[in-house]
Formats: sequence, structure tokens, C-alpha cells
Amino acid sequence: MKNFAITVSAIAMLAGTAHANPEAEVLHWWTSGGEAKSVAVLQQEFADNGGTWTDMPVAGGGGDAAMQALRARVLAGNAPTAVQLKGPAIQEWYEEGVLADISAVAEAEGWADVLPASIAGHMKCDGSWCAAPVNVHRVDWIWANADVLESNGIAMPNTWEEFNAAAEKLQAAGIIPLAHGGQAWQDATVFEAVALGILGPDGFRKAFVDLDEATLTSPEMVAVFDQMRTMRGFVDPNFPGRDWNLATAMVMNGEAAFQIMGDWAKGEFLAAGKAPGEDFLCASVPGDGFLYNVDSFAMFAVDGDDKQAGQALLAELIVGQNFQKVFNLNKGSIPARTDVSLDDFDSCANLSADDMAASNEGGSLLPSYAHGMALRGAQSGAITDVVTSHFNSDMSSEDAVAQLAAAVANSM
Amino acid sequence: MSVKFLEDHLPKLMLAPSFIAMLIFVYGFIGWTAWVSLTRSRLLPKYELDGIIQYERLFASLRWDTAFSNLFIFGGLFIVIAMILGLILAIFLDQNIRSEGAIRTIYLYPMALSMIVTGTAWKWILNPGLGLEAMVRGWGFENFTFDWLVNPDMAIYTVVLAAIWQSSGFVMALFLAGLRSVDGEIIKAAQIDGIPNWRIYSAIIIPSMAPIFLSAFIVLAHLAIKSFDLVIALTGGGPGFSTDLPATYMFAMAFSRGDIGQAASSAMVMMGVVFAIVVPYLYSELRVKND
Repeated sequence: MKNFAITVSAIAMLAGTAHANPEAEVLHWWTSGGEAKSVAVLQQEFADNGGTWTDMPVAGGGGDAAMQALRARVLAGNAPTAVQLKGPAIQEWYEEGVLADISAVAEAEGWADVLPASIAGHMKCDGSWCAAPVNVHRVDWIWANADVLESNGIAMPNTWEEFNAAAEKLQAAGIIPLAHGGQAWQDATVFEAVALGILGPDGFRKAFVDLDEATLTSPEMVAVFDQMRTMRGFVDPNFPGRDWNLATAMVMNGEAAFQIMGDWAKGEFLAAGKAPGEDFLCASVPGDGFLYNVDSFAMFAVDGDDKQAGQALLAELIVGQNFQKVFNLNKGSIPARTDVSLDDFDSCANLSADDMAASNEGGSLLPSYAHGMALRGAQSGAITDVVTSHFNSDMSSEDAVAQLAAAVANSM
Repeated sequence: MSVKFLEDHLPKLMLAPSFIAMLIFVYGFIGWTAWVSLTRSRLLPKYELDGIIQYERLFASLRWDTAFSNLFIFGGLFIVIAMILGLILAIFLDQNIRSEGAIRTIYLYPMALSMIVTGTAWKWILNPGLGLEAMVRGWGFENFTFDWLVNPDMAIYTVVLAAIWQSSGFVMALFLAGLRSVDGEIIKAAQIDGIPNWRIYSAIIIPSMAPIFLSAFIVLAHLAIKSFDLVIALTGGGPGFSTDLPATYMFAMAFSRGDIGQAASSAMVMMGVVFAIVVPYLYSELRVKND
């Protein structure tokens, strides 16, 4: 079954229309520049293997619009073949009883051997495979303007104390230390980077995966909010509502020194013709661990041989080496499977892949809470509400911790 | 038989489709939402009743607290200020001034804009690094500060400001029509009696415009309660969630967080607020007709 795709197309050719013609309807929200190009790669590959692809792009609201479309389709009993879904949302849909089992493909292709265990865990529903991973975005990056750091005699920080010292120095020199956009998800992105550094990987897992109340109310969590309050002093007063790519532009043109953001920020730097290591620097945020944000396609239960053949073909292609490489070169992330050659990738992506492998062995490969990988919408939303409310007011860290525990309990 | 039957029942037959559509799509779905608000629905609606858990969660949520009290801050200020401003503008325009038509159009024009446009324009005007504050500082007043948009305690007032800008022209038009409909004979009689102008307005014209006030109030109140696009465009609910309104809260719960039960309960509370305003109005209207 290694060359399943060829087999399927061969059967299709031999048997004419009597047998399965792979068909897939794919719901996704990759509609902008690089993302659309990345999907086109998959579409082409699917067509080359004799499949018929029905594209169903629904843009808007970071996937909210697509989820509405999906809800309508599922309630009407006519689900698409594959849907761009990620993290616990996959399990949520599984519990509604609408996902398909693609274990046959996954086992034939040996997914278990090439995917990191914690990422593979998201793709399984009650032990059987129900989704295919596309990429791994690292969330806990800190990006910096190389010239600004050099002219101020600052190295990439390895601890939050170093970060604070560097930021104060930059502030004295009239540079905005931290480029940040005051949108709830960006506040949450910074928060989880700080939390990973201060709580450590185990503490992070207890707090944001297990929702352990003792950890959520621990003195360490108070320290996380204290650091957030300090960081609030490092952003410019004009930050509320700013989009993340405008914050990246501030780092690019030297107005600001650092930005804490996932590796989609790299795409902005590269698009502006900046070179990693020369014009801009990338490093993981202070502390151990690796926070991932994995895009994936969940496979919905569909009727008919054509559609099921299309689903199997699609799943195989998505996790296939070629697509994983081409797609991630376009998107700025790294392949989810670990046996893809990274020679064509830049230094930041290679660092990301090395760290992922090391974290996977050390047990510190963790799901990002801010990007919907660790918790369901209601719980992660409740945490984000407290984080953003603390960051945008003069709430004390102790109050924030008390509210955090209350909000999590109330979201259950 | 058939002609007679048609003659008797044609109006009912004509109205039946829209009546049925209303029954299903308005009242049916209100009932559906009420039902869902009593369940533990998450991603998809479920129908097993589970008491008032969603309402307990709603009122325990700090974000809902903010959203609900914002509704009263926003609604109260918006309605009162828009009515006062509209009335003043209408009275000024009523003084037989030159080029009244042009001025009326200028004031009415914001109403023609979509709330998204209003919100985006005001977002730029109020942005401290880009708009008013930067401009005045550029003139040399280095200490001038107008940072309401980025100040969590004041941001809700920027929403009020933009909404008033949008709607006061419309209120003016309503009041202007009301002023013109007052019997000219009474005013002339008052003028002959030597009653000062402001007394004519406060004692004769404005009291006789009571129905106009009521209409303006109803129109503005429902604009305030359903307000959504303005907040999304102007502040996105931020900083933090300090400018959330019930409508944006409901949208976030239903469509980004997969918490449909919570969204349904907030929708029911919003409807309660609408009823609290509309029912007394309907009651007074119907009572007048029955007299």
C-alpha cells in the first residue's frame, strides 16, 4: 500500500467509471497570498493523482466564518470531505459523531513513526486516526531587529530578567522595546510565552492543558502576571487594536526592538526582503519548551466510494513528504513529519525543527493555549478574557490569578 | 361559492404566507433560542434541558458584567445626548435661516454611512499616534492628550461619540418635521401676546411634540441595543474587553468559542431589555386606540 495513490489511480484507469474516482470537497480558510499558494500545491497534487478537488474556501474571522459554514453543512447532513480544523476542536467534532476513521491510510503510511507523539495525539479520536497534520507553527518565538540590538550592545535574552534589563536599556535609548498589538489573541500569545518561561514545561502543562487549580492560583502564576505588568511598560502607548503584522513592521524598520509572535511573523520579514540572522534574529523565548500550533485537516464521515477514496488519497498526500515540504516552504512553518529534509529551509526553520525534536524527547513539546491547541474554545476564551483584561487595566496580579481560577471554573 | 369565498378570504390568504413566515422565523426562533439557553449546548445545539445553568454562568462572567453595564452607559448617553443635540439643531434650523436645505443635508448625511465606515473613520481620528492627538501635538501643544480610544476606562465613550455623530442628524430631521407640524396659529397668537421665543418653545412647541420624542427614543434605543458593527470597527471590543456590548459578547460566544448555550442566554437577556422598553410603548399606544 506504499503507493496507494498510484494504485487508486491505476484502478480508476483500468476500471473506467465503474470504480472509485477520488473526489474531495475541502473546506479551509487559507485564502491570502502565501496560504492560497500553499493550498494550490495540494490541489495540484490531488489532481495529478486522478482526483477531483472541489475547493470550498471560506475567508473571514480567523476561521470563524468557515466554522459557521461547517456547522450549517453538518446540521444539514452533508459534511465536506475534509475540513481545516485543529487541536481540541477535532475532538469536539468527533464527539458530535461526524468524523471518519482514516486509520487504514495512517497505518499503511506509518504516520505513528514519523509524527511526534504529542502532535499525533491531536490527530487521533479514541485511538483511531481522524485527522491529518499539515504543519507545525512554533508560537514561542522572539523576533528582533539585528541592527538595533547591535548598536545598543544587547544580546538575545536568555532569561526574563535579561529581557527586562535589555528593554530598559532600549527604552532609555528611545526605542520601543516590545512591538505589540493590543488584540486579545496577541495578549494571550505574549502571556503564554511568559508563562512557559516562568512556570516551566510541567507547570505550563498543568495550568493550560490540565487546568489544575493549584497551578492556576500558584505564586508562580502571580509572577507570570507580574511579568506581564512589567511588559506592559515596554510597549508604546498606541498599541491597542494594532494588527500583528504592523507590529512586525515596527521591528523591521527599527522603531521597536523585539516582538513575541509565532513564526508566521517570519513571512513578513522574508516578504520585505530581510534575511534571517542578518537583518532580523529569531530565538525561542526565555525558558525551556516548545509551543506548537499545528494546522490539520479533519476527515468527516462521507458516503460513497468516490468520496471515501478521495478522502484516503487526500490524507495520504497531506502527510506525504513532498507536500509537507513544499507547503511549509510557502507558509513559513516546518513539516509535521520529522523525516523531511530541511536543506531548503532557512535557519529559523531549522532551529525550530531541532528544538521540536529535542522537546519531543524531553517531554516539553506543548500545545499552544493561545492558538486553540491546548483547550476548547470556552476554556481558552475564559483565560484570554482575564489575561487581556489584566494587561489593559491596572488590575493586581493577585486579583488576576483569583479571576483566572473563577473564570476557568465558570467556563466548564 | 368560489368567488364569494375569495372575496371574503382574499386578504387573509394574501397575508397568510408572511404571517406564517413571521411566526416561524421570528417567534419560532425566539422560542428555539429560549430552549437552547436552558441546555448545555456547546459546539452544536443540544435539546436536553438543564435548568438555568447558562444564566448562572452568564451572570458570573466578568466579561458579561462589562458588556451589560456598557449597554446602559452607551445606551443612556447615546439616546439622551443624540436627542438633545438633535433638538437643538432642529430648533436652530427652524429659525428660517438661509440655505436651510443644504445645512439639513450636511447634518443628515452621516446617517447614510454604514456603521463600519463611521467606526473606521473615528478609529483613525481618535488614534493618538495618527489622529487628533498627533495633529494638535504637531501644532506645538506637546502636552495635549486625547487618548480615550486606548484608555480602557474611557474607550466606551468614544463609541458613544461616534454613534452620536452618526445619528443626531437623523434625530434632527425627526424633530424638524415635528416642529413644522405644530399649528402656526397657536405660535402666532403667542407671539402677539408678546411671549418670548424660548417660552414658546418650552411651553408650547416641545410639549406638543411628545409623540416625536417617543418615536425618536424607540428608534435610538433599538439602535443602541443591537449595536455591533460600530464597536467591531471602532475598538474591536478593546482595549481588553472594555468596550464589549451584549451583541458582541453573544457573537463571540456563538461563533468563536463554540458556546452556543451561553450565546443563547445572553441573547435572551438582550431581548428582555428590548421588551422592557417596547412593551410599555406598545401598551400606551394600544390603550390610546382603545379609549
